[in-house]
Amino acid sequence: MSITYLDAIRAAQAKALADDPRVYIYGQDVGAFGGAFKATKNLAKEFPGRVIDAPISEDAMIGSAVGAAIEGMRPIIEIQFADFSTVGLNQIVNQASTLFWRTGVPCPITIRLPSGGTSGSGPFHSQSLEAIYAHYPGLIAFTPATVEDAYSMLLEAVAIDDPVIFFEHKFLYYHLKAEALPTTALPAGKARVALPGRDMTIVAYSAMVHEALAAAEALALEGYQIEIVDLRSIKPLDTDTVMASVARTGRLLCVGESWPWGGVTAEVIARVATEGLDLLDVPPQRLNAKDTPVPYHPNLWGVHRPTARAIADAARQMLRT
Amino acid sequence: MSGNENSQRQLIDPESQLTFEQAYRWMLLARILDDKFASLYRTGKIHGGVFLGRGQEALSASIGVNLRKNDIFAPLIRDGAGRLAFGESILDAVRTYMGSSLGPMRGRDGNVHRGNLKAGLLPMISHLGAMISVVNGMLMARRFKGQSGMVGVASAGDGMTSTGAFHEALNQASIEKLPLVVVIADNQYAYSVPTSRQFACHSLADRAVGYGMKSFVVDGTDLRACLITLHKAIARARSGQGPQLIVASLLRLCGHGEHDDAGYVDPKLKVSPLGRDCLEVAENFMLEQNWATHSSLAAERAGFQKQVEEAVSQVQREPAPDPYRENWQALATQSLSETPGLSNA
Repeated sequence: MSITYLDAIRAAQAKALADDPRVYIYGQDVGAFGGAFKATKNLAKEFPGRVIDAPISEDAMIGSAVGAAIEGMRPIIEIQFADFSTVGLNQIVNQASTLFWRTGVPCPITIRLPSGGTSGSGPFHSQSLEAIYAHYPGLIAFTPATVEDAYSMLLEAVAIDDPVIFFEHKFLYYHLKAEALPTTALPAGKARVALPGRDMTIVAYSAMVHEALAAAEALALEGYQIEIVDLRSIKPLDTDTVMASVARTGRLLCVGESWPWGGVTAEVIARVATEGLDLLDVPPQRLNAKDTPVPYHPNLWGVHRPTARAIADAARQMLRT
Repeated sequence: MSGNENSQRQLIDPESQLTFEQAYRWMLLARILDDKFASLYRTGKIHGGVFLGRGQEALSASIGVNLRKNDIFAPLIRDGAGRLAFGESILDAVRTYMGSSLGPMRGRDGNVHRGNLKAGLLPMISHLGAMISVVNGMLMARRFKGQSGMVGVASAGDGMTSTGAFHEALNQASIEKLPLVVVIADNQYAYSVPTSRQFACHSLADRAVGYGMKSFVVDGTDLRACLITLHKAIARARSGQGPQLIVASLLRLCGHGEHDDAGYVDPKLKVSPLGRDCLEVAENFMLEQNWATHSSLAAERAGFQKQVEEAVSQVQREPAPDPYRENWQALATQSLSETPGLSNA
């Protein structure tokens, strides 16, 4: 039986609800309907009173989650699309993220953000907002790229005593499959070498890991061995694993699906440049989405975000230097 | 006078002399504490702003005395009296304003941004409307845990009613039928903006209809009326009749903060019934009823002044926060904090 990335998210929530009476799920359409993407399918039936439809009120949804966390609960908030989290931004970045630092009382909430582009979704159902949330102190930002990580990192998110923004990628929901759910996982906050290589490091996260892997496959035919680091968590960011990889390869390309100004790719390059400039044989490069809203038509969408082909092209230029 | 005295009390008669006198004392203490903060501000002893509750003490104290130990209170910037009546100590207030490392906010947050979550007293953030849904979530959590009989009160102002967060939270509370009481102090100005530029409905109480909430209007300068109205609304919420909305009319008798001379306040309002000082109104009532004499009121005042002076002089001797002892970590999970060395540690 194969398990999709989406199945893993549902399974993790079912396990969290079964294992811990403090867990509940609150979001639009999550109840009897089972969620816009079916990530909570049947959970309302299996856990009566604990999977609750919310009004279209992202601010109040997250504000109430903070209140429940103060009282010792561990809410999971499903925002229907990451794009809509901006309506609740204030509660995330001013209420949830500051609570522990101000009061010493932890704020264990998990906010699930179905993120990233799928063709045809357009400017308001496709965004990758991890850079915004990672910017704020007091938040953790997870960006799982595999079925196994979707499962184990969501369980970790619920167990962590801090607000975790969980960026699950919509493109991966149905595309990724695994044979079984994992029984072990890397420690929270650790990056993973997704593919070992010696010629160049590509740092990626979420859906871009798979574009990078496809690029590496193409480059392998040309004789290049590319190392791919899957960040898994962008905050905390595992600089050590990135630096160790760059120390082996001397070349660094960072790939992100979000917009180019600032953000994760800029942060990775800044860290490597400040701490390990001498490890680099060529100037580090980064590849992001274009600096426009996410387009609707597949012809436009297909080149708006980095693709395997664009990554391979960028890598080739660096490898020839 | 300590907060415990009040929190022990489970049932009050809002029309009794005892309740009136208790509420009056919290009002008086809050006024004296506020006056002290204002003078510390003017002599440069307080960093940042100072925000007073002058003119709103009757309404605020009425909230505090009607709450019980297991209740929840999300005060706003002019709720000094309600905080004290709900159990906050003078020391917590002074320590937060002075930034003492022994205070509840440890110098990390200041002035009106203080609370005690374990006691159900929420430390407000500055973004108006944002605390109401937090109270909702606390009440939802209590329900998950099978608890009942408690109530949550969230303070609001006329300006806050214009926010989306206010709307979302009241709607959410109504859907969930939570034991929430929202108390709007309609003090005629949001900073400098008069209510004519804030809302166009006849009365803010009309908003309640849209949420399916019961509403009450009250003269916020009249302690007796405030005590009775709060008691009624809180009793309804406590007994499972869903969220309640109170709109109290009054005038803020100070600037938005002590930096603000409030020159924009319409002089006609100051001489209207709205402009009455609720503390004077309460004192006159007590004198009329022969519950107090001028000398007993003066003695009360002197006693509180002494308490406030003692608290301030104690806090002035306390350690200020030390940046070298601060751990500079925003997460509860230390192992997930970003590597030091990358910031300016």
